[in-house]
Amino acid sequence: MKPDATLISDTKNTWCPGCGNFSIQHAFKNVIEEFEKEGVPREKFVLVSGIGCHAKIVDYFRLNSFYSLHGRTIPVATGIKMANPELKVICFAGDGDLYAEGLDHLIHAAKRNIDITVICHNNRVYGLTTGQYTPTSPYGYRGRSTPEGIHEYPLNIIEMMLGSGATFVARAYSRNIPLLKRIMHDAISHPGFAHIDVLQICATFFNMTSFYDEHVYETSEVNVTQFEMACRTGQQWNYSDPGPIPLGIFYKTIRSSLPEKREQKKVDRIISIQDILTGHS
Amino acid sequence: MADISVLIGGKAGDGISQAGQVTGSVFSSLGYHVYQYVDYPSLIRGGHNFCIIRAAEFPITAFRSRFDVIIAFDQQTVDLHSDRLSDNGIIIYDSGRVKAEGQGIPLSQIISMHQGLPVMGNTAMISALLRVLGIPWDLAEPVLRRKMPKSTEKNLDIAHAAWNILTPKQDLVVPGGGPRPFLSGNEWIALGLLAGGLDAYIAYPMTPSSGILHFLASVKEETGIQVYHPESEIAVILMALGFSYAGKKAAVGTSGGGFCLMTEGLSLAGQAEIPIVIVVSQRTGPSTGLPTYTAQSDLLFIRHAGQGEFPRWIAAPATPEEAMFLGAEAFRIAWEFQVPAFILTDKTFSEGLFTGSPDLPDPKPYELKAPVFPYSRYMDQPDGISPLLSPPHPGEIIKINSYTHDFEGITSEDPEITTTMAEKRKRKEQALKEQSDRPINVIISGDERSPVCIIAWGSVRGQVSEFAKKHSIRLVSPLILEPFPVNAFKTALDGVTRIIITEESATGQIDKILMEHGIVPDKLILRYDGRPSAIEELEEQVRREL
Repeated sequence: MKPDATLISDTKNTWCPGCGNFSIQHAFKNVIEEFEKEGVPREKFVLVSGIGCHAKIVDYFRLNSFYSLHGRTIPVATGIKMANPELKVICFAGDGDLYAEGLDHLIHAAKRNIDITVICHNNRVYGLTTGQYTPTSPYGYRGRSTPEGIHEYPLNIIEMMLGSGATFVARAYSRNIPLLKRIMHDAISHPGFAHIDVLQICATFFNMTSFYDEHVYETSEVNVTQFEMACRTGQQWNYSDPGPIPLGIFYKTIRSSLPEKREQKKVDRIISIQDILTGHS
Repeated sequence: MADISVLIGGKAGDGISQAGQVTGSVFSSLGYHVYQYVDYPSLIRGGHNFCIIRAAEFPITAFRSRFDVIIAFDQQTVDLHSDRLSDNGIIIYDSGRVKAEGQGIPLSQIISMHQGLPVMGNTAMISALLRVLGIPWDLAEPVLRRKMPKSTEKNLDIAHAAWNILTPKQDLVVPGGGPRPFLSGNEWIALGLLAGGLDAYIAYPMTPSSGILHFLASVKEETGIQVYHPESEIAVILMALGFSYAGKKAAVGTSGGGFCLMTEGLSLAGQAEIPIVIVVSQRTGPSTGLPTYTAQSDLLFIRHAGQGEFPRWIAAPATPEEAMFLGAEAFRIAWEFQVPAFILTDKTFSEGLFTGSPDLPDPKPYELKAPVFPYSRYMDQPDGISPLLSPPHPGEIIKINSYTHDFEGITSEDPEITTTMAEKRKRKEQALKEQSDRPINVIISGDERSPVCIIAWGSVRGQVSEFAKKHSIRLVSPLILEPFPVNAFKTALDGVTRIIITEESATGQIDKILMEHGIVPDKLILRYDGRPSAIEELEEQVRREL
C-alpha cells in the first residue's frame, strides 16, 4: 500500500453510522501522530486485528497490519513482538473475539507480560453476526441465540485481568476521546502487557449510550500502583447491573516481561550444528 | 557382515531407554551403524519398557525379529521376549530380580560392593554385553570411559566387576572407524531445521514430537534460536505466523491431536501466504489413540487439512540424512513459495535412534524475490509468488490478511479479485509441482528392474529396503507426498506389473493418492496395531503375496 501523509486509508468504510469504532479509530490516529512527533516512525507500528466489526480498523489505517483470525490477535502479536522487539504491536480485538473465542490467549498474555497493547472494542454484543450475546452482555440479555434471555452474569473484565497478572489494566469509553487517547498513549508506552477495555456502543444491536453517559466517571488514578485498590475500583461495576462505572487506568506496575532483553550473541550456525553432531558421536 | 540385535527390557523408571542409548553409542564408537527402537507405554513408572538395539556393518533403519542378546532388568523381559531369542542367543539378567537361563549378574551386590548408585546397574549390564560379545577390554574400556563422564572411575570399577563374572560367547568383529553421530529421528529433523535457518521453534508438548522441542530448547543458546512453549497448539501456529510476518523463520511441531488445533492457523497461512514449517509426528489414532505407538494414518488428514484450497508441501523422511536434508529443504520451500511445508513422520522414526552421516545437508541454495517499491504484499506475478517484505520498512506498508484480499492486502469481496487471488494460489501450486515432480524425490531401490514393486513411504521404507533385493522386488518410495511427484513416480514404475503397498494404516492412505493419478495397487499390506514391523515379519507377509 502506498504511504501517504494521512494515516487513514481510502478503503470504503462500512461501519454503521454512529458506531463507537469511529471514535476509537480517531483517537488512535491522534495517538500515532503524537508518537511520530515524539520520534517513533509509523513503520514501527504493527496492528493486529481479530474478526468482527472492530477488525475492519486495520483496513482503514495506512499502517502495517496483520488481519488475523477470530480470537487470535494475541498469539500473532506475541510472535511478531518476540521476532522483533523494536516493533510496537497493538491488538484491536472485539469482546466476542477476545473474551470468548480467544480468552485463553488473553489470560496467558497477561501472565507472561508480553510487551504488547490490547485494545478491546467492547460493545458487549456480536455485531457482524447480528446481535448474539457475548461474555460481557448483561444478565438477561436477549439475542437471536438466546431469545429467552441469558442466565449468566458477564465476566468482570477488570477483575479478570488483574487476577491474570496484567501489568496495565484500564477502561475507557468511546465517547470520552481525550481519556481514550491518554490511556492508549500510556498503554503503548508501558513496558509489558497493557489491556484497555473500551466501552463502545453498537448503534444497531446494543445502543447503551444513555446508560453509559449516566453512569461513567473518571477515577483519580492516585492509587494506580496499588493492586488491592485496583481490585476494589474494578468491583464497582459488574458489567451488568446499574452502578457507577469507573473509567481510567486501574492498575499499572512493572514486572519482568517478554521479550527478555538479552544480548544477541553472534553464532556460526554451521559450526554449532557440527559441534552438536560431534557431541552426539 | 556383522549384524547384531540386542533387546534391553525392564520396568518404566529403570532407565531402559537411557541404557539403550548408551549401548547404541558404544556400538557406534566401535564403528557400527546403529538403529534403536524404543517401545514404552504412556506412563511414568511401572509397566514394561524395552528397546531394541541393532548394530551392523551397513546402514540400517529397522529392527530384526530375533535377538542375539536379551538384557533383562526384570522378569517380564524374559517372559515376554525369550521366545524371540536366536538359536545361539544369550540372556544376561539381574540375578537378584530375575530367574532365567543364561548369564546372571548380581547387580545390587556389585553396586553396593562399590558403593555405587542404582543407575550404575546400566553400566554393569552394558559391560556384561560387551564381554559376552567378545569385545576385548582394551577396546571396551575407553568407550565406556567416554560414555560415563560422571563418576567415571566408580562406573569403570562396576563395569570391570561385571566383566569378570562373565565369559565370552561370541567373537564379534570390531569394524572401527566410528563413532558416527547417534541421535533420535526427532533430533535429526531438528538439526535439519537448524541447517535450514530456523530462527524460532514454537511447540506445545505432544508425544511423539516433544523430542524436537526438548532438543531445540537444550541447544537454543549455542544455535542462537528462540524456543517457546505457549498455552496451546492454536497459539503455537499463530505465534509462528507472527514470527514469519516479522521475517523470522519459524517452525512448529506436534502430533495429530495438536495438529487438529492448528488447522485454522494452517488455512490462515494458506490464505495469507505466510511461510511456515510444520513437523507432524504421527501416532495411533483416532483421538488420543495410543500416545506412544506409531501410525501412518494422518497422511490424508495433513494433505487435506484446513478450509478452502491452497498449496502445501509434504515430505516424509526415512533415514537420518533425509530427515536433515528435508528439515532444511522445508524452509526453502516454505519461504520461496510462501506455503506451509510439512515434515510428516511417525513415532517409529521420531523416537528411534539412528547413526547417520556427520556431514551437513547441502540444500539447494535459493534467493527470495527482491521486493518491488512501492510495495504491495500480494503483488501479482506470473508464478503467483509475490515478493516478501517484513516490517519495519520506512515508507512502506505491509498488510497481511486472512480475508480474501486485493494485491495490497485490503479485504475484498469482489468476485473478480476473488477469482484472481484463487488463480494466484493455483499458479503457485503449479510452480511448486514443478519443483516436486523430479526423479530425486522418488527413491528407487531393491531390484530396480523387477516387475514386482512395493510402494512404501516414511519409516516403513526402512523395513522393506532390507529384504527387497533378496526377493527381487523393486522398492519405490516417494520422498515428497504433496504435490505428488506424478511423472517421476510413473517413470519409477516403468515395467511394473504388480504393485504391493505396505503402510501402517487400517484403511490405506497412499493408495488413495496413487489412484488419483491412475496408479492402481494390486495388494495392500496394512498394519494398524501401533507397532512397527520387524524386518522378517513384513518380509513374510510380502513373500506370501509374491
